[in-house]
Amino acid sequence: MEARETIVKLLNQSSLILFAFVFLTFGILADSFLTLQNVRNILIQSSSLGIAATGMTLVLLTAGVDLSLGSIMFVAVAVSGKLLFNDYSLAISIFAALAVGFLLGMLNGLMIVRFRIVAFIATLAMLFAARGFGLWFTNTRAMNMPDEVTQLGATHLLGVPVPILALVGIAGLTQAFLAFTPWGRQLYALGVDPNAARKAGIRVDLILWTVYSVCGGCAAMGGLVALSQTGAVSPSFGSQREFAAIAAAVLGGTSLFGGRGTVFPGTILGAILFQTIENGLVIMNADPYLYPMVVSIIIFLAVLLDTVRNSVVNQLRRRHIRVQLDASQD
Amino acid sequence: MQTNSLLELSQISKGFFGIPVLEQVTLSVAPGQSLGLVGENGAGKSTLMNILGGNIQPDSGSMNWTGSAYRPHWPRDAEAAGIAFIHQELNLFPNLNVAENIFLADFPCRGFWIRRLEMFRRTKELLGQVGLAVSPQTPVVNLTAGEKQLVEIAKALHRQPKLLILDEPTTSLSEREIVHLFKVLRALQQQGMAMIYISHVLQHVQQLCSTVAVLRDGSIVGHGPVEHFSPGQLVALMVGRELEQHFPRIEHQPTDRLLLRAEALSQPGVIENVSLAVHEHEVIGIAGLMGSGRTEMARILFGLDSCSSGRVSVYRAGEMIEITKLPVSKRVQVGMALLTESRRDDGLCMSASIDENLGVVAGARFTVRGVLNKSLLRSSINRTREAVRLTPTASGRQAVRTLSGGNQQKVVLAKWLLNEPRILILDEPTRGIDVGAKFEIYRLIDELACKGAGIIIISSEIEELIGTCDRIIVMRKGEITNSFDRSHFDREAILNAALHSIEQVPA
Repeated sequence: MEARETIVKLLNQSSLILFAFVFLTFGILADSFLTLQNVRNILIQSSSLGIAATGMTLVLLTAGVDLSLGSIMFVAVAVSGKLLFNDYSLAISIFAALAVGFLLGMLNGLMIVRFRIVAFIATLAMLFAARGFGLWFTNTRAMNMPDEVTQLGATHLLGVPVPILALVGIAGLTQAFLAFTPWGRQLYALGVDPNAARKAGIRVDLILWTVYSVCGGCAAMGGLVALSQTGAVSPSFGSQREFAAIAAAVLGGTSLFGGRGTVFPGTILGAILFQTIENGLVIMNADPYLYPMVVSIIIFLAVLLDTVRNSVVNQLRRRHIRVQLDASQD
Repeated sequence: MQTNSLLELSQISKGFFGIPVLEQVTLSVAPGQSLGLVGENGAGKSTLMNILGGNIQPDSGSMNWTGSAYRPHWPRDAEAAGIAFIHQELNLFPNLNVAENIFLADFPCRGFWIRRLEMFRRTKELLGQVGLAVSPQTPVVNLTAGEKQLVEIAKALHRQPKLLILDEPTTSLSEREIVHLFKVLRALQQQGMAMIYISHVLQHVQQLCSTVAVLRDGSIVGHGPVEHFSPGQLVALMVGRELEQHFPRIEHQPTDRLLLRAEALSQPGVIENVSLAVHEHEVIGIAGLMGSGRTEMARILFGLDSCSSGRVSVYRAGEMIEITKLPVSKRVQVGMALLTESRRDDGLCMSASIDENLGVVAGARFTVRGVLNKSLLRSSINRTREAVRLTPTASGRQAVRTLSGGNQQKVVLAKWLLNEPRILILDEPTRGIDVGAKFEIYRLIDELACKGAGIIIISSEIEELIGTCDRIIVMRKGEITNSFDRSHFDREAILNAALHSIEQVPA
């Protein structure tokens, strides 16, 4: 019993342990890894993924999944790019991108809540539909953005780069909502048991709908931040980012079984960890074809730990028939 | 009767699929009164409570609450009226803290934000009322069963109910926790809280309640001040019916040839030192309350759960072989079968067809070089369908979901029979099926025993065990406490052994 609780505690800290391990390994293997400039780079590079993974975390907390995140990223960014080309202001195109992301997320939510389609299938459909729409909309051509876009990505506000500000703002606000609003706390409850949550008087459908909508919005925002760094919309923009987002969330301790995890520090740490691995591999001059394998091994470890933790916790929770006679301390 | 009743039920009746579950139930609770409600499993207690709670609607009859008509359609109607339920299974979210669980549906807020200090302050007050000295910020996952029960009560008190309904609140509590719970409940009674206390533990009812009502087969058979009933009278009232149910004549004759032997099986917190033997042509009944460890024992025998010590062996090809460490698939190969208590959840694929369900277990027997021999399987399926007298109108391609409960149970049975098992464990084989289908299941059990199988039946219906078994074993708190031979079958003695409410009954 005692030993098991220690195991659970260790498993709960697995993301921090993994983080320390990766950081130390690269620090030892590559001299230029642990420099201030490089750490700063990692943070800036993580911000797009971190924002997208924030939305994904909300969805995972409800024990759902959003496979369409990368496609929504693409459509949102393509719309804002088109608007910029047609001489709309930067503000309007940013707003339009966010609105598109939010709307597509709402559509996901509608399929899941109203038509009771499993999240996996509903968002898989959206993955193809949105990507297809984006390709048609852009004529499968890459668009190079005007300089103001990349300038925005390089701007500093109060000495902090704008992408990092966006990440901190969105992740911080989301975490505050998760921890300190009825919506957030009820979201955790429905992630564990939606039927029990419904019986407890929680408006499960409404919460699910907002979660998928916000996830769409976060995808669009993550796409915009990525755009401000790359300055171009290619037909493969955002492709497979949903998996990176899931990986970041799970690396940060969010459970795929729902009801467990945080955006801050959890998912943000996960996103930074994910980016750190890629960054470290670049600095070590590793063969680029090895990247996906290394990343996948680490994701595998994270998911394995989540599963082990889940089964251990379930075992602890199993109802006991024979109650230890007053063994408990008061 | 009383003019100042808090709650009055008159002539409530309810049936499911034509089977009456409640018949003309009339009950009343005065303000501040505590009513103990007792009855066997299946007597209709939970149906009555579901009607009170607005989960189901009665077929006829009326209810009065604080003097006006009360017809709840949703659980929230009951909640709004001031009726709070503490269910047997706790409804707490382990990933939230105590305060959040209490205020989950109505957090105190300022704008978007939860007023946490306010919430913690009020939680402290509520926890004080139930005498629970934990921080409001403690995650519920860290609480013991007794503490969780108290949090449930605090959660109910938060709604300021006039009537508190507790359904078997002591099932998973230790003695000390029960003592504390009762202290809390008595304090609430002194403050004028009315209660309906449902329990199998008759002493608890007598300690806590001023009046008691006995429900049997959907009717109130006894109702009055608790002093008017001795525990013995209560038990007699609970079971007091003749064997009007029909059982087929028992044809099988148990022999001495051992089929299954369990020796000193223990699993901490689940079962303790359980030993039993099943012989050829023998039917053994396991009696005990829900939560007595009977289902858990079956799962351990079948290898679904592990046990920390003890041995299980089965007779195979002339010798006893040990199977303690073997996985379920191997146990199936040596001739074991388990029909779980919930055919919906783990006995059947409800949307799959009858034939698909039937082929699940025995598929391997009809596989030749990795390919399923469908025609062979089909002829076996048809033979087995006849053997269990599955409704001939159902086609093999029909979804199991469309069948009646009795026919569904026959599909589960047939699925295992295709594998020609030697040892069958049946967990609540007749739950929720009608009398006619029950009779056929009993006859099938007898037939199987005649052919040489050893059978273990787990049932909440003692009559059923008396009508079908050669030996009845009683379990309580994870241990085997008594064993009765056919010649010593006595309903009251068995029920007493399971309840342990009066003096120990000699085995």
